[in-house]
Amino acid sequence: MPKGIGGRRDEGVRSDCYIAVEPGDSGGIDIAMKSKVEAMYGASIIDIVKRGLELYGIENAAVEVEDQGALPFTIMARLETAVKRLNPSETREFLPEMQPECLYGTERGRMRRSRLYLPGNETRFMINAGLHGPDGVILDLEDSVHPSEKDAARILVRNALRQIDFFGAERMVRINQGELAFRDLESIVPHNVHIVLIPKCETGDQVRAIDEKIQAIRKEHRIENEVFLMPIVESSLGAINAYDIASASPNNVALTIGLEDYTADIGTRRTPEGRESFWARTAVVNAARGAGLQPIDTVFSDVSDTEGLRKSVLEAKSLGFDGKGCIHPRQIKIIHEAFAPEEAEVERARRIVLAFEEAEKKGLGVVSLGSKMIDPPVVKRALHTVDMAVATGVLNADWRDSE
Amino acid sequence: MKREYELVENAAGRQVPTVVNGKKQVPYKGVGKHRPEGNKAAPPIASSADYPADGNKVVKDLRAALEAAGLRDGMTISTHHHLRNGDFIANAIFDIAAEMGVKDLMWFPSASFPCQAQNIAHMDNGVIHHIEGSMNGPLGRYCSEGKMRGMGVLRSHGGRYQAVQDGEVHIDIAVIAAPTADPFGNANALTGPSACGLLGFALADSQYADKVIVVTDNLIPFPCIPWQIQGNYVDYVVEVDRIGDPAKIVSGTTQITRSPDRQLIAELTARFVRDAGIMKEGFSFQAGAGGTALAFAIYLKEMMKEAGVKARFVRGGSTQYLVEMLEEGLTEYILDGQTFDLEGVRSMGENPGHVWTSPFTSYNYNGKGFFGTMLDAVVLGATEVDVNFNANVVTHSDGLLLHGIGGWQNCLFSKCTILPIPAFRDRIPVLVDEVTTLVGPGELIDVIITERGIAINPARQDLLDAIKGSDLPIRSIQDLKADVEKIVGGPPARPSLGEKVVAAIKWVDGTVIDSVRQVA
Repeated sequence: MPKGIGGRRDEGVRSDCYIAVEPGDSGGIDIAMKSKVEAMYGASIIDIVKRGLELYGIENAAVEVEDQGALPFTIMARLETAVKRLNPSETREFLPEMQPECLYGTERGRMRRSRLYLPGNETRFMINAGLHGPDGVILDLEDSVHPSEKDAARILVRNALRQIDFFGAERMVRINQGELAFRDLESIVPHNVHIVLIPKCETGDQVRAIDEKIQAIRKEHRIENEVFLMPIVESSLGAINAYDIASASPNNVALTIGLEDYTADIGTRRTPEGRESFWARTAVVNAARGAGLQPIDTVFSDVSDTEGLRKSVLEAKSLGFDGKGCIHPRQIKIIHEAFAPEEAEVERARRIVLAFEEAEKKGLGVVSLGSKMIDPPVVKRALHTVDMAVATGVLNADWRDSE
Repeated sequence: MKREYELVENAAGRQVPTVVNGKKQVPYKGVGKHRPEGNKAAPPIASSADYPADGNKVVKDLRAALEAAGLRDGMTISTHHHLRNGDFIANAIFDIAAEMGVKDLMWFPSASFPCQAQNIAHMDNGVIHHIEGSMNGPLGRYCSEGKMRGMGVLRSHGGRYQAVQDGEVHIDIAVIAAPTADPFGNANALTGPSACGLLGFALADSQYADKVIVVTDNLIPFPCIPWQIQGNYVDYVVEVDRIGDPAKIVSGTTQITRSPDRQLIAELTARFVRDAGIMKEGFSFQAGAGGTALAFAIYLKEMMKEAGVKARFVRGGSTQYLVEMLEEGLTEYILDGQTFDLEGVRSMGENPGHVWTSPFTSYNYNGKGFFGTMLDAVVLGATEVDVNFNANVVTHSDGLLLHGIGGWQNCLFSKCTILPIPAFRDRIPVLVDEVTTLVGPGELIDVIITERGIAINPARQDLLDAIKGSDLPIRSIQDLKADVEKIVGGPPARPSLGEKVVAAIKWVDGTVIDSVRQVA
């Protein structure tokens, strides 16, 4: 009889479990379990396995469980993976309950200073991610997941979306390319995904194809919330077509760049000065602004170099970017600090916003500060600065009252 | 076999044995409720007429010293753990005892380490009857499984001093591994290939044992300065090639935690100490060498610099991070119980502000005060904390005995005891309804800091008031526990444990606060 296997049992596995299901013709369900939490949660693990097998109508099977302290939704995902590897045509889902903390929404224009990448096939990095206060978390199905585990990660990420409280962080998923992308979308879109990141985007058609698929899933599942898009430019062609990509869908909210792949594509590698990617980065900034999206910079990958990160964020800010990717939670605070507007900048923005509101109240078409006339784009920029200042704690939310 | 003990309920509601290894016990009565009576223990009076006038007490080898000290069946042999996981001497003693055909010894270490797991064989073959002392790793597991003939007794560092001083434990022979010593027996740990900083854990042993043997791999001519152990207590001196493996005694560098969640907990802890007004000019604190405690010290240091605040003293275990604080003038003194890395050893040797202490000065409860009560804040760990703030440091939630108490119980007497702990580890909740083993009473534990929020003991209204207006996530401990249970899938089932008591947990005053059952 063939065996279906989900999860890993090699050295160093934590918060995860290995489940092997070997169906038989008779004898009922026989579960052999080893768990480091057996004394505390042995009964719970057996209950989950039995419920899962019942859902899939498996009445006779030898099941092997090796558990390193996996949370219930991880055990459920590994069991579903094992069953679906036995029977690839199985479509039923072994879903954990949707938690009320997972139902919050997002807004098109919200701040996206930091977005934390989380490997899609590892629960242990996801569970506390929101506690570190990123603007967004990215459950990654693409580069951080081994090709042989794409199916498992898709199920685990879906369960994580239903169970983990990300404490207000925007809920993003980076899908795979090509045919896998559609299977990823089918699995994750019905579970309150805020943004889908489209990797290695080279044309507007790619964006439209993803968008159409999402709309079809939304219709089928009667999903009311919008699902926004953030295409990632990671090649020379993508950089050249940046505006085509950025303007391809009304659901695009941000455009970002991935420099590891981009520099490889143009036949060089990343340097600390970043001259090799200067053109592509400014192309992304201009395409994004031109299409009314937020331009978001690449990740900073040296986790131990906090000063390098700070400099890199300040540079990104000066180029016109609104956000930065990160791969470690301790990078978040530094990114937010570096994106926070400086005092003089806030002071000037505050006065412009007050003058603007005053002019609105009086029904004046022209905003003036002292003897100077303020152009609409300057007002817009000032409003943005004040929002950023409030969000980063540089300015109190009730700053108008203390005037 | 008839049990020698009955179980009675103590003031904390825990079942504890009335007799432990033949000695009658006093059940725990509550914090500050027990008053010992009588006089302290004392070793026999010696005459200098029986010791060489030239001061040379060196004998051929450790076996000769043990024979001269009268090693025989049933004796209590003590060792210290300043050499930590690099110690060679505790193993050597029991190998020699086995060669000599001696049986039924009680080993009384200040703590045992995984490098001493070979003594399991000496328990199996009858050389060692049982261990009274903190048991880490494999020795703890052996005891947990009910394989030890006698009952394990776990004491804090201060409790060990107290037990010796009060005569609860009589040491027949103390063997003190010393990184540097002279032929008279004066010894210190500041220099030599096995330098470990200080020898405070061996102080009681030197003062109260019938016979004292100093073993060194760095014998220097008299006088050995400073004498952290005084030669006037010492009977025999032995020179050996190596007392330990330097690489495992102290670490070259101490690692702070890389876990982002632990860093978050450490940062919250430092912010709490600052925002509650504890961090003020002339304050004091103690933080251990665990990854989270080290990260806490680093965050606090930055906040102290920012606020221009200096500490009067900091209590070690010291590491390079405390040494940096001392050298940058952020604290006037380090009062140190053990040095964890080479920087700690160097600083203690060089800097008059880096002072070696002992369990007598820092931790002994049955005395005329101790330093622990004067600390403004301590930062400690725990394996479990319950909704009444009671904490466990010795067993895991499955009932296995895997850790010692160390100075943990003694530190609870600080003005603000803070436990920064993850709310759960993998699927194992740290916040529970009732601790598996009670080691620290909740009335002494003030603040629990987790990645999901901070719980302040409701008995500490002063701290609740002090922290008002701070943006720290203050929550009730019940709320935090409910969060954890939602994530891990409900409260854990209680482990089913055997009837047999395998270890007694002592409180700092010598009473018995809880017992550990055999794992099924």
